[in-house]
Order: sequence, then C-alpha cells, then structure tokens
Amino acid sequence: MQFPRIKWHIVVFLAPAVLVYSAIMIFPLFNTLRLALYTEVDQTRLFVGLENFRTLFGDPLWSDAFWNALWNNMVFFVVHMLVQNPVGILLAALLSHPKLRMAAFYRTAIFIPTILSFVIVGFAWKLILSPLWGIAPDLLDVVGLKSLFQPWLGREGTALLTLSLISVWQFVGIPMMLTYAALLSIPDEILEAGECDGITGFSAFWKIKLPLILPSIGIISVLTFVANFNAFDLIYTTQGALAGPDFSTDILGTMMYRTFFGFQLQLGDPHMGSAIASGMFAVILIGVCVYLFGIQTRLRRYQF
Amino acid sequence: MNSARTALSRKIAVHAVLITYVVIALFPVFVILINSFKTRRAIFREPLALPNADSFTWEGYQTVLNQGDFLQYFQNSFVVTVVSLFFILLFGAMAAFALAEYRFKGNTVMGLYLALGIMIPIRIGTVAILDLMVQTGLVNTLMALILVYTAQGLPLAVFILSEFMQQVSDDLKNAGRIDGLNEYTIFFKLVLPLMRPAMATVAVFNMIPIWNDLWFPLILAPAESVKTLTLGSQVFIGQYVTNWNAVLAALGLAIIPVIILYTLFSRQLIRGITSGAVK
Repeated sequence: MQFPRIKWHIVVFLAPAVLVYSAIMIFPLFNTLRLALYTEVDQTRLFVGLENFRTLFGDPLWSDAFWNALWNNMVFFVVHMLVQNPVGILLAALLSHPKLRMAAFYRTAIFIPTILSFVIVGFAWKLILSPLWGIAPDLLDVVGLKSLFQPWLGREGTALLTLSLISVWQFVGIPMMLTYAALLSIPDEILEAGECDGITGFSAFWKIKLPLILPSIGIISVLTFVANFNAFDLIYTTQGALAGPDFSTDILGTMMYRTFFGFQLQLGDPHMGSAIASGMFAVILIGVCVYLFGIQTRLRRYQF
Repeated sequence: MNSARTALSRKIAVHAVLITYVVIALFPVFVILINSFKTRRAIFREPLALPNADSFTWEGYQTVLNQGDFLQYFQNSFVVTVVSLFFILLFGAMAAFALAEYRFKGNTVMGLYLALGIMIPIRIGTVAILDLMVQTGLVNTLMALILVYTAQGLPLAVFILSEFMQQVSDDLKNAGRIDGLNEYTIFFKLVLPLMRPAMATVAVFNMIPIWNDLWFPLILAPAESVKTLTLGSQVFIGQYVTNWNAVLAALGLAIIPVIILYTLFSRQLIRGITSGAVK
C-alpha cells in the first residue's frame, strides 16, 4: 500500500492563512459556545450544562433585558431595511444615468460618512443634536418647525429611532455602491430593447432594472442583517455601556459587552457573556440561513 | 419641444435630489470642522459661521495635542492597519493560489471552511479571544489586534483573490514550469505581480473597518501606550465632554487624515467596489 505523496507546496501555501484563521477565529468561536456551558465558583471553572441559558431565558431580570435588547435590535434592523436600503437604491438609480454630469463627485461625497469611525459619527451627531449647542433647533427654525425640536437622544421614546437614523446616515453609501455596481453591469442592449417597446425612465427602472438587480438587493439585505445584529460601537459611543435612557437603546452587542465586563456595581461574567454571544450567533445563523435557503434559491439570476 | 423641456426638468430634478443628499451627508462633517477652529464664544454664538480673523483659534488643537498622546495613537493605528493588511494580502493570496491552482483532495471543503468567516462576525468569539490573548500574554500589545484583524480579513480576501487567480492564464504558469521554476517562484514572481489591482481592492476594503474599529482595541488593548486613534479619541472626548474646543478639535484630528486618505484613494475604492468583486 502506497500513500499518495504529500505536495508540500500546497501545504505551505495554505498553512499561514488556515492557522491564523482557525486559531483566532474558528477556535474562539466554538470555545465561546463551550464557555457558555460553564460558570465560575471561587475562581474555578465549573461545568453547569445549560444553566446559564436557563438563567438568561428564565430569570426575569435577565430575560427581560435579553428580549428588550433583541427587540431593539430588530427595530434597528427594520429601520435600516426601510430607510437605508431604499435610499441607497434610489441614489444608485439616479447616479447610474449614463449622461449624468458630476457623477464621480456625488459618489465620492455621499460615501464620506461611511469611511468615518463610529466615534466621530456618534460624537458629531451628539453635539449637533445637543440642546446646549442649538444647531438642530436653529436649523428647524429656518423651516419654521422649531417647536418640533426635542432632545431626541435623551428621550426614551425617540433615542433608538434617532440612533438608527444616524447609523443609516453613516452607511447609506454601502447599498448605494453595491446597487450602483449591479446597475452598471446590465447590458445596454436590454435597456435599448425596452426603449423600442416604449419603456423608458421610471418604468424602465421599475420593470427592467429592478428585477435584474434583485440578487444584489438580497446580498445587501443579508449584509445589513449581519452588521446590525453585530452592532455596538455607535450605541457605546453616544449612550455609553448602559445604553440609556433606561436601556431604551440597548442592543445585543451592548448587552454582551456589559455582561462580559461588568458595569457600575455588577461584576463582569464571561460565562453569561458567552451565553449572550451564543444567542447572537444563533440569531445571525438563522438570518443567514433564511437568506441562503429561503431567498437566494428563489431569486432568478440572469447571465448576460 | 415639449419632450426637450421634460428632459431638462428631469435632469434638474435628478441633480436637485443628489445635491440635497450631498448636503445631508456632508453638513455634519462640515459643521464639526469649521467649529473646531473657532473660539468657545463663537462656537456657541454663531455655530454655522466660518471662522474669521476674530473667531479663529488653535486653542482646541493645542489642548488636544498637549493633553492626549494623539501622535502615539496615530502611530499605533498606522502600525496595526498596515501590518494587518500586509498579512491579509500575503496569507490570503497564498491560500487563494493554492485553492485556485491545484486540484487536491479537500479543495472544496477547504474553500467552504475559509468562506465561513465572511458571514459570521469574529466578535461573537470575543470572550474566548480575550481568554486566548491573556494566556499567550498578548493582551495590551499591538500584535493581539494585528492577529485578530488578519483572521477577520482573510475569508473575504481568499474569496475575492481566488476569483481573480482563476483568470490568470495557465500558459504563463506552465511556461514557467517548463523553464524549471518551482511553484514558489511561479507564485511570487509570475502570479503575484498580476494580482496587484485585486490586492488593492482587498486592501481598501479592509483598511476602513480596521482603522475605525472600537470593539477590539477597547477589549484587547486599552493601555495608554497601545491605544489606537479611534479608542484614544473616544476616551479623550469622554474625559473632556465639557471642553467644546477640545472635543471639536479631537474630532477634527480624527476626521482630517481619513478624508485626506480617502480623497487620494477614492478612485481605487470605488473602482474596486464596482468592479464586480462583490457581485
């Protein structure tokens, strides 16, 4: 019996990437899921099975916080789907017009917020919306709506929506660019054929282009989903780890951070943190599976 | 006649919508930048006015540069970003070459394994990553961040680069083999130079999230000497909330280098995104 000769160059080419990726990404991912089954008593690690999850979903103190964070996260995601992606697609549709002047300038300018860090975006909007500074009320005054001004970030009822819209403002460039790329790849012949049949302008977009870019919109949606359920930075920057006022802007990322590291009087608990991380993992996995098996397979792809 | 007029009005409408959105996108950045050069009085009295001879001051920037170690933060961010990108590109290209070039057992499985990380965020594993870094003594080192960002960037890099590797002509590589070049020379001397545009795309994609990340610096490297610019400005602004000059100047310091880099690379970035790499 002869073993096939190992081709060492293949091993050498693959090894660095596979090692770093397995050691820093895959192994910790599964180790986190494993740590969720332990707890710490007197500085020794104790296997407790699903006890942490029973606490997380059974103890009202924990489960209320978890469902609150999950619900807020859903709202955060829905706002992105309803505002960010349609606005991005609209801007891309306008930009993709072949004879548009200054298209490069518009593209570059609209993408600027996307390259800024959450820290900049968060603090900049916090200052602009601050009642102390008064830029927002002054601007509303110009259009005669000054009475509408409220400290939006400080009110329980409006803080989450305001933060979602700030995040939308920051990331609109991504759906715009991806849709723009998809629109550019539609061959002119198809649009010309439509023109011969009298389909132009808005109806050309609605009836010809939009169906053709549906697969891209699917990818944009799943990217939005993963990014939103993984969000943390913007809320942490503007509202702190407590995601105030009164946890009204708490999402899974901030809840995991708080649980893991502790805050004020509560001590950090890596094992409960892992349990919440496992919950996030499940949510993201469900979302990605819904996309892969429920949506992607039903979308018809056209080869040009 | 009539259709010419509707065409014109449609053109105006398109520009009006786009200009409105450009204003929405740029206004907050603009307000922060102009006010960072103004005196405290002017900031509050006329927030929308440009700085003039009367209201202009460097005060905020002086406070920031004296109090915070922004030069150090900037250097840390720079090292982390550049070294991570180097490893992502080198390791990613090597793995992509192996997957695209050779037919071996487990090729597809390996490709799928590496692609897993495109959809699953690395943050989920944070608890165990911190554990690992504590055990290996890498907490509060730039190396910890570099390793994490390399692992995070590899899946997409391998995916994009192997698509491009498949387009490299076999004749070229086989000619090299006939000339007696070994596989390493073929990769480094023949294939890698052809990958430059694709690698630039991968680099630009990874650069922004690495530079802007707050989560991992906060958890893995919060010590003063290894703070990145993003974490450094976050902590600094948190401490100086009431000093508006300092806060605005700190934001300005964080914005200006990014905008400069962006204007230099925006062509590359936009070409990269629209080239179909992520179709």
